[in-house]
Amino acid sequence: MNFTLKVWRQNGPEERGGFDTLPAEDISSDTSFLEMLDIVNERLIEGGKEPFAFDHDCREGICGTCGCMVNGQAHGHERGTTLCQLHMRSFRDGETIWIEPFRAKAFPIIRDLVVDRSALDRIQQAGGFISVRTGAAPDGNAIPISKEKADLAMDAAACIGCGACVAACPNASAMLFASAKLSQFALLPQGQPERWDRAQKMVAAMERAGFGYCTNHGECEAACPKEVSLRFIAQLNRDYLRSSVTR
Amino acid sequence: MDLDSRVPSGPLEEKWDRHKFKLKLVNPANKRKFKILVVGSGLAGASAAASLSELGYQVEVFCYQDSPRRAHSIAAQGGINASKNYQNDGDSDFRLFYDTIKGGDYRAREANVYRLAQLSGNIIDQCVAQGVPFAREYGGLLDNRSFGGAQVSRTFYARGQTGQQLLLGAYSALNKEVAGGSVRVYPRTEMLDLVVKDGRARGIVLRDLVTGEVRSHAGDAVLLATGGYSNVFYLSTNAKGCSVTAAWRAHRRGAAFANPCFTQIHPTCIPVAGDHQSKLTLMSESLRNDGRIWVPKTPGDKRTPGQIPAEERDYYLERRYPSFGNLVPRDVASRAAKAVCDEGRGVGASGLGVYLDFADAIERLGEDSIRDKYGNLFHMYAKITAEDPYKIPMRIFPALHYTMGGLWVDYNLMSTIPGLYVLGEANFSDHGANRLGASALMQGLADGYFVIPYTVGDYLASAGPSKVDRDDKSFKDVEAEVGERVRKLLAIKGEKSPDHFHKRLGKLLWDNCGMGRNEERLKKALEEIPRLRAEFWQDLRVLPDRGEELNQSLEKAGRVADFLEFGELLVRDALHRTESCGGHFREESQSPEGEAIRDDERFAYVAAWEWTGPDSEPNMHKESLVFENVSPSTRSYK
Amino acid sequence: MAIAVMRFWSTSVGKKMVMAVSGVVVFGFVLGHMLGNLQIYAGPEKLNAYAAFLQGNKALLWAVRLTMLTAVILHVLSAAQLWLQGRRARPVAYHRQELVVTTYAARTMVIGGPIIAAFVIYHLLHLTTGHAHASFVPGDVYSNVIAGFQVWWISAFYILGNLMVGLHLYHGVWSMLQTLGASHPRFDPWRKRGAIAFALAVTIGNVSFPVSVLTGLVP
Ligand SMILES: Cc1cc2nc3c(=O)[nH]c(=O)nc-3n(C[C@H](O)[C@H](O)[C@H](O)COP(=O)(O)OP(=O)(O)OC[C@H]3O[C@@H](n4cnc5c(N)ncnc54)[C@H](O)[C@@H]3O)c2cc1C
Ligand code: HEM
Ligand code: HEM
Ligand code: SF4
Ligand code: F3S
Ligand code: FES
Repeated sequence: MNFTLKVWRQNGPEERGGFDTLPAEDISSDTSFLEMLDIVNERLIEGGKEPFAFDHDCREGICGTCGCMVNGQAHGHERGTTLCQLHMRSFRDGETIWIEPFRAKAFPIIRDLVVDRSALDRIQQAGGFISVRTGAAPDGNAIPISKEKADLAMDAAACIGCGACVAACPNASAMLFASAKLSQFALLPQGQPERWDRAQKMVAAMERAGFGYCTNHGECEAACPKEVSLRFIAQLNRDYLRSSVTR
Repeated sequence: MDLDSRVPSGPLEEKWDRHKFKLKLVNPANKRKFKILVVGSGLAGASAAASLSELGYQVEVFCYQDSPRRAHSIAAQGGINASKNYQNDGDSDFRLFYDTIKGGDYRAREANVYRLAQLSGNIIDQCVAQGVPFAREYGGLLDNRSFGGAQVSRTFYARGQTGQQLLLGAYSALNKEVAGGSVRVYPRTEMLDLVVKDGRARGIVLRDLVTGEVRSHAGDAVLLATGGYSNVFYLSTNAKGCSVTAAWRAHRRGAAFANPCFTQIHPTCIPVAGDHQSKLTLMSESLRNDGRIWVPKTPGDKRTPGQIPAEERDYYLERRYPSFGNLVPRDVASRAAKAVCDEGRGVGASGLGVYLDFADAIERLGEDSIRDKYGNLFHMYAKITAEDPYKIPMRIFPALHYTMGGLWVDYNLMSTIPGLYVLGEANFSDHGANRLGASALMQGLADGYFVIPYTVGDYLASAGPSKVDRDDKSFKDVEAEVGERVRKLLAIKGEKSPDHFHKRLGKLLWDNCGMGRNEERLKKALEEIPRLRAEFWQDLRVLPDRGEELNQSLEKAGRVADFLEFGELLVRDALHRTESCGGHFREESQSPEGEAIRDDERFAYVAAWEWTGPDSEPNMHKESLVFENVSPSTRSYK
Repeated sequence: MAIAVMRFWSTSVGKKMVMAVSGVVVFGFVLGHMLGNLQIYAGPEKLNAYAAFLQGNKALLWAVRLTMLTAVILHVLSAAQLWLQGRRARPVAYHRQELVVTTYAARTMVIGGPIIAAFVIYHLLHLTTGHAHASFVPGDVYSNVIAGFQVWWISAFYILGNLMVGLHLYHGVWSMLQTLGASHPRFDPWRKRGAIAFALAVTIGNVSFPVSVLTGLVP
């Protein structure tokens, strides 16, 4: 298969960027999207040109490192799929593919398609944990948790922290990410003691990081490779409201 | 070189407790005067960093990813073992210990493995308390599944994302300490060297991957939790960034490297589709519970699987191992797959694949029940191959997955360099020559949560503060060396990319030191690797050719350079060990039926290699293995 | 207390809740207003009597007006601040962005708001104060409405304004439930359906007035 890539190139956060037009020729349809980028970069290096930078690591959809906008959609057009799991057979031969970094004030561009998502870490550091010390835990079966609750908490915990929700949101809001983290703990009995404090702290950290607001567009859920549900945003709202009143 | 394992005396069950009591303690008020550098934020690194910080130490954590949460532990699917005996099926610490020692083909230290089994239960408690959403039964209690190589159900899991959930648990513990101010995390940094002065680890030299700055961090102890080296084979189930660099650099500074040839090849991965392939994807071992593995009886049979009638299929695992069938351990299943492919009976375009067929299970249990159990795996398979495994049998092939070898450590997890500790997959300690499913996660967390907090304290209490800061000449010298190496890589300006060399090294190793190894091919590899290395240093091209910025090509080049040195050691180790054991299969040492033959007379030891310089052969030291509680027997799964 | 309120308002989540609650107040009014206006179909006496009753109860009238005014101010203020925050959150726009699930209504909330505001101002000048009405008779609400809507372009403007209100309602109602955390798997599917029903009811009711006048259904 043959493609024309329009790849965003930008040398640093403060530099001006622009699209570079690169051919991607003779690509097998079994190639994954990132492998296609590898091939294009290999050819650039062997031709003496600078390759473009993109983030990736596990290449099996779990680490959350990869991700950019492909033809205007975070992680590309396939639902429930990270960029590294997208394959070239789902593109049309001869297609022009636009590749842009995730854009948000809270995600400054480091280089080309690589952005700094440490803002997501800061939201978690603000309160996305249960304060239990090593060694201080009761037996694992001491508190029974209904399967339904545990499964729901797992749905929230499935978030891979890729930031696609922010990228896809018309307002660059991190609500889906923050709510997934918060809900995991809000749903489990272990998370109750710090529940209300956590809600206040995580929301405050999200604001400080410079994310936008949520007007319930739902684009985040559609882009999320782990299909994290919007209902967790409602959970965050509920916990935030309640903690604001009771605190 | 001193290989004192420091295994405490006394009965197996009491060793750890007695040892803990003997370990020196650091006064609580003094703890904050010590700084501990933790390289790696996987299960081992994150759990260690959080636990040490809780005790009061100052901790700095380094990882090459953009967030500690992305360490490759995140990719573990299947589960984590613990001898909780919640199922009342006869599990115990001793049974877990026994299974692990046996699974490792009697090449691990008894005392370490027993401690691991003892601590396994605490890990589950700790993780539950952190909010890890383990799978539960309807009654609300924790659920278990069974895993290869064990006859009890002791594996705890969180869907197909156990590693992710455990890592997020450890990461949240780390975050708690970051919030408390006693941990600092340095993501996007890569350790490129270790600083040793007067026989003691003093700190590390790293490259900031964003700015390109080469700088030092000094500490009173250094912990390496940098994962495994499967990527030396280029194609593996590891993440693209996994490397041997940290371990290798420590090795060059004096840390012995143990059993590098013990590599694990996982039988159920998605086969290579073409030259473009950049990594291999694991399909959880649990699939073998319901899938049946077969190939056509006649070589070169190009019919589609559906066209091949039952009597012309060879269910070779069921045929060769009637009692374990499709559930034989990983090494056995992998070798059997290779054997049928070598006979020309492999399937798929490349001929390197075997069928994993669910037709019978679907007929017996119904498609819905299979979807329930394995839906996400089938989905993943369909995404990668564009084939529907509910209709067409999966094609699978073995792939490099885990490395049992690693830096040598004593019972305290300290390497041969005082003050340098090694945790998790990066050390060699607990899995011998083969690791059982679901026990790497257990080991990483045991090391980090429950072993290192005690043993580091003992060292710090006796060795005292390091008192060497990064302005010291020892740091400046290493910094200069690292800077020079970076400049050298940039200055070659040849024709070929780092990946080009990495792929060639990988193929060389896979062909000559992969699933089956023999003297002739190992010797060939030993000749070819130095040639490839020489070519690398002449014909490499790194672009951009600037080091002071994010430069992914440069990062790769540095890692490949280390793999090119390390690969040689791996082959050398494989060549010297003429027995077959666990993941290491020497074709010279097999029975007429093709089963591995272990040689306890000559090889019941750990081979720990000492670096002697770039142009001289390494020295091998032996730590002999003594079995007082189990007697090594031939593993039979017939 | 003051600090708590400020903290609440300082976050986008808090402001969004203020917006939702103030929105509900206005929605309540719009619904009640529409239901009251249905009395047009019962003839002039009925409607004028209803209007006189409302005008007669000054305390109630001003209570409602003040509540409405406060709600509208809070609503507009929070909307404006949030909108600015959203703009700042993505300083460089995408060259290409494909939205896949969001609705036309959701995307037009920000433009819809000011249009509705403009409509309401005109509407007040038209039917409440009469400044923008050619033959305004204080007290005779019925004939004011009929006379007003007989001018086709005024009717057209009303229809347009009310369609905009309908859109705002459709996204607003479900969005407000989500914002206030009213979510449960069992009734989640009903939130969007409910929003559609509510928006449709109000819009059909309101649009029916100019249409009925234009088609002569109401003399
Ligand atoms: C696909 C897959 C599935 C698996 N499934 C299971 C399973 O079901 N059960 C099980 O028990 N085990 C499983 N394993 C094995 C297990 O996941 C790993 O062995 C274990 O997680 C390793 O943890 P770790 O902390 O030692 O290293 P890792 O998690 O690999 O972490 C390494 C860390 O070191 C850092 N690092 C490395 N080099 C440097 C450097 N030079 N400078 C700075 N930082 C560096 C990295 O950034 C990273 O943070 C699986 C492995 C794979 C690949
Ligand atoms: C008839 C009058 C109005 C009503 C009934 C109303 C009601 C609402 C409601 C309920 C919401 C949803 C809040 C949420 O998402 O939780 C909302 C959102 C909004 N309103 Fe209004 N509003 C009205 C007028 C206005 C005006 C005059 C403006 C403009 C200045 C405006 C601008 C907005 C904006 C920007 C939003 C946010 C968009 C969104 O939530 O998707 N509204 N409105
Ligand atoms: C076609 C639809 C509508 C009709 C026929 C209509 C009719 C009227 C009439 C006759 C009055 C004057 C009542 C009086 O002075 O006693 C009035 C007042 C008012 N209307 Fe409407 N209206 C319509 C839609 C709307 C909508 C959609 C809104 C808001 C978004 C609205 C907001 C108001 C307000 C704020 C007042 C002033 C109330 C007061 O006196 O405080 N109307 N309307
Ligand atoms: S919620 Fe989904 S899209 Fe957002 S960070 Fe998590 S996994 Fe990525
Ligand atoms: S797309 Fe954005 S507006 Fe809210 S629902 Fe998702 S965060
Ligand atoms: S590279 Fe890990 S999720 Fe894509």
